[in-house]
Amino acid sequence: MSEEPRIVDPNAPGEKGWLERKENVTRIAWALYAVCAVLVLLDFVIHRHAEMGADGFYGFYAIYGFVGSVGLVLVAKHVLRPLVMRSEDYYDD
Amino acid sequence: MIEFPPGLLLILAALPVTVLRGPLRAIWMLALPVVAFAIIYTLPDGSHYALTAFGQQLELLRVDSLSKVFGYVFVIALFLGVIYSLHVGPSTEHVAGMVYAGAAIGAVFAGDLISLFVYWELTAIASVFLILARGTEAALGAAMRYLIIQVGSGVLLLAGLIVRWHETGSIEFGLIGLDGAGGVLILLAFGIKAAFPLLHNWLQDAYPNATPTGTVMLSAFTTKLAIYALARGYAGTEELIWIGAVMTAFPIFFAVVENDLRRVLAYSLNNQLGFMVVGVGIGTELALNGAAAHAFTHIIYKALLFMSMGAVLHRVGTVLGTELGGLYKSMPFTTGACIVGAASISAFPLFSGFISKSMILSAAAHEHHYIVWGVLLFASAGVFHHSGIKIPFFAFFAHDSGKRVKEAPRNMLVAMGIASVLCIGIGVWPSALYAILPFDVNYVPYTDSHVLSQVQLLFFSALAFTVLMRTGLYPPELRSTNLDTDWFYRRLGKRALAGTAAFVSSVYGGFYGLSVRRSKRFVEGLYRHHGPQGIIARTWPTGSMVLWVAILLVTYLFLYFLDIF
Repeated sequence: MSEEPRIVDPNAPGEKGWLERKENVTRIAWALYAVCAVLVLLDFVIHRHAEMGADGFYGFYAIYGFVGSVGLVLVAKHVLRPLVMRSEDYYDD
Repeated sequence: MIEFPPGLLLILAALPVTVLRGPLRAIWMLALPVVAFAIIYTLPDGSHYALTAFGQQLELLRVDSLSKVFGYVFVIALFLGVIYSLHVGPSTEHVAGMVYAGAAIGAVFAGDLISLFVYWELTAIASVFLILARGTEAALGAAMRYLIIQVGSGVLLLAGLIVRWHETGSIEFGLIGLDGAGGVLILLAFGIKAAFPLLHNWLQDAYPNATPTGTVMLSAFTTKLAIYALARGYAGTEELIWIGAVMTAFPIFFAVVENDLRRVLAYSLNNQLGFMVVGVGIGTELALNGAAAHAFTHIIYKALLFMSMGAVLHRVGTVLGTELGGLYKSMPFTTGACIVGAASISAFPLFSGFISKSMILSAAAHEHHYIVWGVLLFASAGVFHHSGIKIPFFAFFAHDSGKRVKEAPRNMLVAMGIASVLCIGIGVWPSALYAILPFDVNYVPYTDSHVLSQVQLLFFSALAFTVLMRTGLYPPELRSTNLDTDWFYRRLGKRALAGTAAFVSSVYGGFYGLSVRRSKRFVEGLYRHHGPQGIIARTWPTGSMVLWVAILLVTYLFLYFLDIF
């Protein structure tokens, strides 16, 4: 470790970046929603080479990606974490 | 160019590193991977350096396209690792890293199982110093567990090769398969190093405990050597498809709840190995090409991700998600490099992961492995979630921790820069990588249908993250220890050992106490009767002696007369 980090108050004037302003975060979120909408609409334009049936449905990858990710996070949070989480010094005895 | 085994060359060339210092050491270390690359490039296919020992052919340098792909990428990883660790003073890590890389490269060019075994164990022994060099107590513990498990893998390999030698009369390292007991043992040995499910936890235990520079080296060699060995010995072994599918899926759940960002990367490394194992298991030309290509791209982007987290650890002193945030302000270049690595592992089009991972998914679809294909697709969305978003987001963005540090040292930035260029270069021009794969490639990754599917999958995974963050459903980073299979030996095993020890000691204590009491009583008895004060040992006056003799005589006389009459 080269040296200790300098600590500043993140809310002090001049320390807050563009990304940390609430309205900008909202803007980014809306931009993402818009891109997602366009991507689903593109399904109607671009012909898909379906390999195995299910993946030929409109919006298959979009739904799979969304549901899969939400499922992953919720299972990790509500099933795995209660099972495996222990205090930080669990093994230090 | 000389036809000398490049791995052996690197191992021998590590010796001068122990005495060289300063710029001389830097030049020497930087030149070695370049020389090794040139040797591999000019090596003709075939077997060179064959020796006869134990009545068997030892092939120290067996060259074909499969060994060459891994040889190239191992040399690239070594080169990146050397640049990344130039600022490190003591030679231990440099020597260990060079020997470790040399052993891994030696192993991929080994044509027989005995040479493979020797290099296999050498990777374990050399690499443990990269963990020990961290110098913390946690690192010492992790290093010892790592060494035991890695050497154990080598012992299984040795046992397997002896059984196989007995079964087939040959120690050649070609297609092995699961027909004999030897094949099963060798698969188990490979499986430990490849971090198969339930044999995996040494990886998540050891890698986050190594030094910032050591983890970069570790991430490249051990597990990918195992992937190479699987591709050589078990191509088309169907069990591997299912093992690989499980490997892609379960680590990502752990990655979501893990707070140590280098451990998150270790879990995602495990998940990426799963894709390669599936490719080996399917075993078609496309699948094996996919496995080799994915190993190649993965080594570079994984090293890049570990480099970015290593830079954070080097500057901030921690990589716990709870302690970080807002670092993009002080480490903008590191942030950029991390995002390139994240995009590559997530297989965004135009980044390296896209052109390799899609080969494995296509191979699974071609062979009608629908369930496995579905699992791989889920794992692809999941890996974007934790490696693509979580790592850069919690380290560099999220809530500003207020920590301000210097940008990473220049040599680290150069290494990250080269790795970033490689990730994008391979993604944009995949033909160079496709040209060195084991089989001819007629696969086209960039079709509009395929690009759209992948972009949809990734953007909707990002959408899921955004929605979960904004609704507060995303699990917060928490300072914690998360149990994994290491619990069995770090807690259950320890408790069982402690319990056994307590039982044995109480039984021993009982027996000991009893026997001591018995002997004590016996000795006391002896002492009472025969000791200095004992009745038997007492010295008696002569008078009483005469008296007793008189009594004896009288008794005798008395009895005599009784007899007479």
